[in-house]
Amino acid sequence: MDTFFQLFDQNKEILYILILSVFLGIEVIGKVPQVLHTPLMSGSNALSGVVILGCLLLLGQTTSDDISVLILGWLALVLATINVVGGFAVTNRMLEMFKSKKKDNG
Amino acid sequence: MDSFFGVGLFMVDLGYMLSVVLFILGMKWMSHPSTARKGNFTTALGMGIAVVSTLLSAGMKNYVSGGTGNYVWIVSGLLLGSLLGLRLSSRVKMTEMPQMVSLLNGFGGAAAMLIVLAEVFGKGNGGQLFDPGSFDVIRGGENTGRAERMSAIFYHILLLLNLVAGAISFTGSVVAMGKLQGFVTGGSVRWPMQRFTNNGLLLMMLLGIVVFFQAGDGQMAVALLLCAAALLFGVLFVLPIGGADMPVVISLLNSITGLTSALTGFLYDNQAMVMGGVLVGASGLLLTILMCKAMNRSLGAVLLGVFQSGGESSGERTIDTTIRELSLHDAAVLMAYARRVAIIPGYGLAVAQAQHTVHELELQLEGRGVEVTYGIHPVAGRMPGHMNVLLAESDVAYEKLLEMERINPEFPKVDVVLVIGANDVVNPAAERDPGSPIYGMPILQVDRAAAVLVVKRSMSAGYAGIENELFYDPKTRMLFGDAKSVLQKLNLAIKEV
Repeated sequence: MDTFFQLFDQNKEILYILILSVFLGIEVIGKVPQVLHTPLMSGSNALSGVVILGCLLLLGQTTSDDISVLILGWLALVLATINVVGGFAVTNRMLEMFKSKKKDNG
Repeated sequence: MDSFFGVGLFMVDLGYMLSVVLFILGMKWMSHPSTARKGNFTTALGMGIAVVSTLLSAGMKNYVSGGTGNYVWIVSGLLLGSLLGLRLSSRVKMTEMPQMVSLLNGFGGAAAMLIVLAEVFGKGNGGQLFDPGSFDVIRGGENTGRAERMSAIFYHILLLLNLVAGAISFTGSVVAMGKLQGFVTGGSVRWPMQRFTNNGLLLMMLLGIVVFFQAGDGQMAVALLLCAAALLFGVLFVLPIGGADMPVVISLLNSITGLTSALTGFLYDNQAMVMGGVLVGASGLLLTILMCKAMNRSLGAVLLGVFQSGGESSGERTIDTTIRELSLHDAAVLMAYARRVAIIPGYGLAVAQAQHTVHELELQLEGRGVEVTYGIHPVAGRMPGHMNVLLAESDVAYEKLLEMERINPEFPKVDVVLVIGANDVVNPAAERDPGSPIYGMPILQVDRAAAVLVVKRSMSAGYAGIENELFYDPKTRMLFGDAKSVLQKLNLAIKEV
């Protein structure tokens, strides 16, 4: 039990951040109209590729002769980059349609 | 050098803070039609700043001074990933967007999984990862200059959870994509003692995390087994869920990928990752729940694949099974002289790529003074908003797309409803037949209109695999064929009227 309290004490700030950002995540998209569900899902999918930072940190911290880690990290980086770049590009393609339509309507 | 180091760290943190602000603003803007595009750019910009900050961060510093180091790996990975990402996104058809999102999401999950595997292989000391004697580990890596001590037990629990979540998100997304693309059956796959095997596997994974801490030299093996079990679970958990429910599954998996990003953020003590990940995790979960609500079903029912198993009584009902076909000319006359026409698009429209043809039809009818609206069911197509995106592509005006709640009261005043490749979302059984598997799902009440025209490829059942008595309704007329070719012929026929 002591361990638990210690854990809690050590990670208090991050827990506060966690609580706040859960509410924030819900609030921020709370009023999204149905038309935007697919683009929003696609956009948030791109954002979930933020794990790309982990790939960079991993590769940056690995010693240059640790080939197995480098290969795994490199693969992770490629996949995460596809997720981020592809995600934002796909979202933009979807949203472009909304834009062109708007212009027509004046 | 030390002060330079301090300034560098300060800049990195400032960069992260800026990117978190941009993430939040981007998501907010993305949920309003007029600012959505700006929102997407903003989130992307935030991501760019976060990547640059990370590249400049102290974790990389000894390689800057010590030659090329791992920058070759980093730069090549970034370039290849960007290239592939752009290529994939520019080639995908609008109708295949849901699959694309699912695939990309799977890549994110796989990345998180691989990071953990790399950590496992990197730190594996003769098979032992966790030293019960040491209370703390240093997270954030040894070279960051900002290493922070963290409880070793906590660290390894997070590590293993991340491994499991990433693996589930990876294989789950790939199977979901397969179901939509058609290389995995869209139906509900079942096997004996299914719930037992799935729950058993889940329980085993939880036990595996506990066992890990006692495993000594076998810790690496336990971690690898855990990864394999999670990969298998991802497959088994999506297989029983019918294709019609894939949007919900993809949204849920998206939320799980967000969670893995947040967990990875914890492991590397990186607040940008934590914030971005939690933002996606929370909003993804909300979106999942919104989708379930639209179908009047609980998330639990969707995940257990209850959808397909409930429909036992529907077969027993004796209904008049006369199908009434209509010639194109008659259909053209019916619509051209109607006052109000409502078009109900479904997945068939997307498959046939008929979005432009339907817009032509709309313009023609409007030219004749017919009032045309579209009725959009929340789960029409394979993803919420699927129809909206599709119709927006062909310049259908925003205001003409009416959501279910708005169009349902209007149906009694509508002369002709044109159902194009939609089935389950207009099935009256959802309101009338308590034994139907889709009973309780809100539908578009098209049978309240004066006449119903249904464009359909064949009499086969819809995605939920159930009969639709709307097709046998005395005021329904069928137009069989591919949506695009039927609509093209209909357009010609209306010109001749």
